[in-house]
Amino acid sequence: MHNKTITELAAGLRAKEFSSVELTRYYLERISRYDEQLNSYVTVCTDHALQQAEAADRAIAAGDAVSLTGIPLAQKDIFCTDGVKTSCGSRMLDNFIAPYDAGVVERCNGAGMVMLGKTNMDEFAMGSSNETSYYGPVHNPWDLDAVPGGSSGGSAAAVAARLAPVATGTDTGGSIRQPASLCGITGLKPTYGRVSRYGMIAFASSLDQGGVMARSAEDASLLLNVMAGFDERDSTSAEQPVPDYGATLNNSVAGLKIGLPKEYFAEGLSADVARAIESAVDEYRKLGAEVKEISLPNTNLAVPTYYVIAPAECSSNLSRFDGVRFGYRCDNPVDLEDLYKRSRGEGFGAEVKRRIMIGTYALSAGYYDAYYLKAQQLRHLISEDFARAFEEVDVIMGPTSPTVAFNLGEKSSDPVSMYLSDIYTIAVNLAGLPGMSIPAGFVDQRPVGLQIIGNYFDEARLLNVAHRFQQVTDWHTHAPQQFKD
Amino acid sequence: MSLEKADIEKIAHLARLEIDPGDVPDYARNLSGILELVEQMNQVDTEGVQPMAHPLRMTQRMRADEVTESNQRDKFQQIAPQVEAGLYLVPKVIE
Amino acid sequence: MEWEAVIGLEIHAQLATKSKIFSGAATAYGAEPNTQACAVDLGLPGVLPVLNREVVRMACMFGLAVDAEIGRRSVFARKNYFYPDLPKGYQISQYELPIVGKGKLIIELEDGTTKTIGVTRAHLEEDAGKSLHEDFHGMTGIDLNRAGTPLLEIVSEPDLRSAKEAVAYMKKIRSLVRYLEICDGNMQEGSFRCDANVSVRPKGESKFGTRAEIKNINSFRFVERAINFEIERQIDLLEGGGTVVQETRLYDSAKGETRSMRSKEEAMDYRYFPDPDLLPLHVDDAWLDEVRSSLPELPDAKKERFMFEYGLTAYDAAVLTSSRELADFYEAVEKSSGGETKLAANWVMGDFAAALNKDNLEIGACPVNAAMLGGLIQRIADNTISGKIAKQVFEAMWEGEGDADSIIEKKGLKQITDSGAIEQVIDEILAANPEQVKQYRAGKDKLLGFFVGQVMKATQGKANPGQLNELLKKKLNS
Repeated sequence: MHNKTITELAAGLRAKEFSSVELTRYYLERISRYDEQLNSYVTVCTDHALQQAEAADRAIAAGDAVSLTGIPLAQKDIFCTDGVKTSCGSRMLDNFIAPYDAGVVERCNGAGMVMLGKTNMDEFAMGSSNETSYYGPVHNPWDLDAVPGGSSGGSAAAVAARLAPVATGTDTGGSIRQPASLCGITGLKPTYGRVSRYGMIAFASSLDQGGVMARSAEDASLLLNVMAGFDERDSTSAEQPVPDYGATLNNSVAGLKIGLPKEYFAEGLSADVARAIESAVDEYRKLGAEVKEISLPNTNLAVPTYYVIAPAECSSNLSRFDGVRFGYRCDNPVDLEDLYKRSRGEGFGAEVKRRIMIGTYALSAGYYDAYYLKAQQLRHLISEDFARAFEEVDVIMGPTSPTVAFNLGEKSSDPVSMYLSDIYTIAVNLAGLPGMSIPAGFVDQRPVGLQIIGNYFDEARLLNVAHRFQQVTDWHTHAPQQFKD
Repeated sequence: MSLEKADIEKIAHLARLEIDPGDVPDYARNLSGILELVEQMNQVDTEGVQPMAHPLRMTQRMRADEVTESNQRDKFQQIAPQVEAGLYLVPKVIE
Repeated sequence: MEWEAVIGLEIHAQLATKSKIFSGAATAYGAEPNTQACAVDLGLPGVLPVLNREVVRMACMFGLAVDAEIGRRSVFARKNYFYPDLPKGYQISQYELPIVGKGKLIIELEDGTTKTIGVTRAHLEEDAGKSLHEDFHGMTGIDLNRAGTPLLEIVSEPDLRSAKEAVAYMKKIRSLVRYLEICDGNMQEGSFRCDANVSVRPKGESKFGTRAEIKNINSFRFVERAINFEIERQIDLLEGGGTVVQETRLYDSAKGETRSMRSKEEAMDYRYFPDPDLLPLHVDDAWLDEVRSSLPELPDAKKERFMFEYGLTAYDAAVLTSSRELADFYEAVEKSSGGETKLAANWVMGDFAAALNKDNLEIGACPVNAAMLGGLIQRIADNTISGKIAKQVFEAMWEGEGDADSIIEKKGLKQITDSGAIEQVIDEILAANPEQVKQYRAGKDKLLGFFVGQVMKATQGKANPGQLNELLKKKLNS
């Protein structure tokens, strides 16, 4: 059952081979059996999920089912869920029962999907290893000593360990693609504006984008069909028609022009990962794609640029957490300043505080031009690099991460080395482009991810390109040994 | 740019963050390291480059002037730390 | 030494929309605390702002009315600071690229001269909530109903040189926004308020002195007093060998003085940056043309037209066009009076304005409408009643006794224009006062008034004054 794709599960529900309640119980049971080792869920919504499953079964019986009616999923704990704790991985929101549903949650509920629970994540999505969560780190299902990646580490681990058929994630600098890569699953970060940010707790508003974490491109296309679309409550939501992402999955990739940025294969990339990526690219050659080297000359500036823009936006976005209207409030504040400083000082973890301080500094009087304005200018140059590349090629490929999953604790005391692990994913967010990571092999029994970057609103092509690969390879079907049964 | 203890204290105050005095050296070291990373930006001359604030070249959409929200005070205040008579309470504000 | 004051005003005009600038919550005044504060206004995690189109239209109207360049591409920025009435920890405002750029405005001074005052810019922003300082066990209560209400902040150049000029400028802006119907101008409810930047310098000096900013002054009277107090304070300070500190001060209307605001002492670092939740705002030609064509006639143009079309003096025209309602009322009265331009002006500015004032009423809510007042003026013009009787009729109309004609009819106030009837009364009066007749004829001309008075008394004021004078003189001189 847990190895079935959501296409298969939907067919089984339709054929009454099993009910949504049975399917939901099955997954809830797996979560209670396995999640103690992984810590991938912050909240498991047993009652809520079973109610939704019952409703889905009624809809199926009445013939009102749509494609994903009755399919369970896990929501990253960054999406507000009405009546359910929405912690964002932070002590600050440990007591926060969201009073409304995020746009993404509304769409999933509207499609009859069943929310199993809320997944663990780096605090306020700030991290690449899931170690900054107030609820403790998530473990990588392939090796419990390894990190799952972050910030959507809980969703990635849950999908990889078959504790959810599919999950949502968010990606500000690689937070869907990097954990997908490290956990051996398929992750898609859509074009900025494709998925509503309404109700998705903001980290860096001009970079954040919700997306999909699944076991295959086909599954990802089904969930993206549900999640994507215009939302009038988000001023940055794109008023672009949403294609049926399933319709073009099987298109031929013969003649597809693939660009390999030479900067993505330079110093810093593990040789083993490079080999795995090269053999994945060879598969595409066999499928008739044309591969050429390209250049994204400002690649090395993406991380520095990002670490101005993202902290600047976060320093302002996180000012609303002040202990006045919701969330954590310190005990016995002596005055207003004490209320602010202790509520925020005690409510936020160290990495969040570091980023708030960097952002505050970068925006403060006298430094704005040198940091923030400069970073915005570089952002422009970085996005022009991609624009030039897409005049020559249809998609860009490379590694998602320079290494496979590193060990828990390995980088947690050195923020800069942690930041550099996102070197290949960050530029995509700065430009606002869609990007995917798909399983492409293993190094030391830890998964390698192939990153595929597309042009604006070209998600259908990304899914098509990923799907064709998954038809000729089986990396995406491997399951971690400990969670196989 | 290397940050000193006094810089950390000033920034922490501006951001209203209580930092344990014992942790200040760590923050100073980490933040200085991050700034060192960030200052790699200076490798590139950006004279005359248009700053980019948004990934998409869209313009602001506008909504009609209509009242669409109803009173949900009770629901919103259930999650508030301290309320009385419909008001959020904070330590005395001195003007 | 002779000193000169330099004053600039930042006026906050609350835009008269139904919903807030970035949310669909209502803006109505006086609701129960926090019942008009929706998720967006409360800054709940995950919520996002969406701009109200009407707010932009109103700002463009204002810009066009002060001859300003409209920012075709304007940008919303975040102004970051912590305060309990500011839910998100930042205020969405406009910083580098405002919607309204440089403009200008002409104010009339008391001596009848005019002065052009520069408008530096006007930008859109959201209002904050309110802190209620009544004691809740030593705590402050926060009401966020006002949070997110649209404001247009209108910044003047430091062109004002006295408190009186500042008041004239503020009145002119208020009249303008009311003409445009973009702000109700209600100062008591805080929908029109101002901050004043005040400095002094020796007369003749071209450099500005250090300024103090006086916050949130909510009446014309207080603006004048606060500025005058501040000018005096600064002059005293400088003459005593001290220096002015750049700071924010609060006007205490009870004590009639300004005092330093402790909470704002710390130098503010607002860390402005473009709001990433909002995109650049574009105003295109088509929309701007549409806004332009929807502009009403503005006060200055109306004043010119009143002088030209109705032959009014500059003073009368200025008074009558000081508000759109008053101007509209005058025109309606003039029309229903059958073109009695001068009489209509005198009545609207005179008895009518005095009655409004006395009962503290708005034009729309008072018992005498334009048709009624016009009807009364017609009866003066066609000699049905005298000006003096008209006052009596007006009072009756104000008391709700009906229109002019029915009051004149009911009370028998119709003027006596029959010469025979008037002569008869004159004869009776002359016969009853032989002594006065003798004195008059001996050269005591002043006694004419006595006879007029007597006749009027006998006719209860209804004798046509012109005819009476003429007939009386004829009789006495014969």
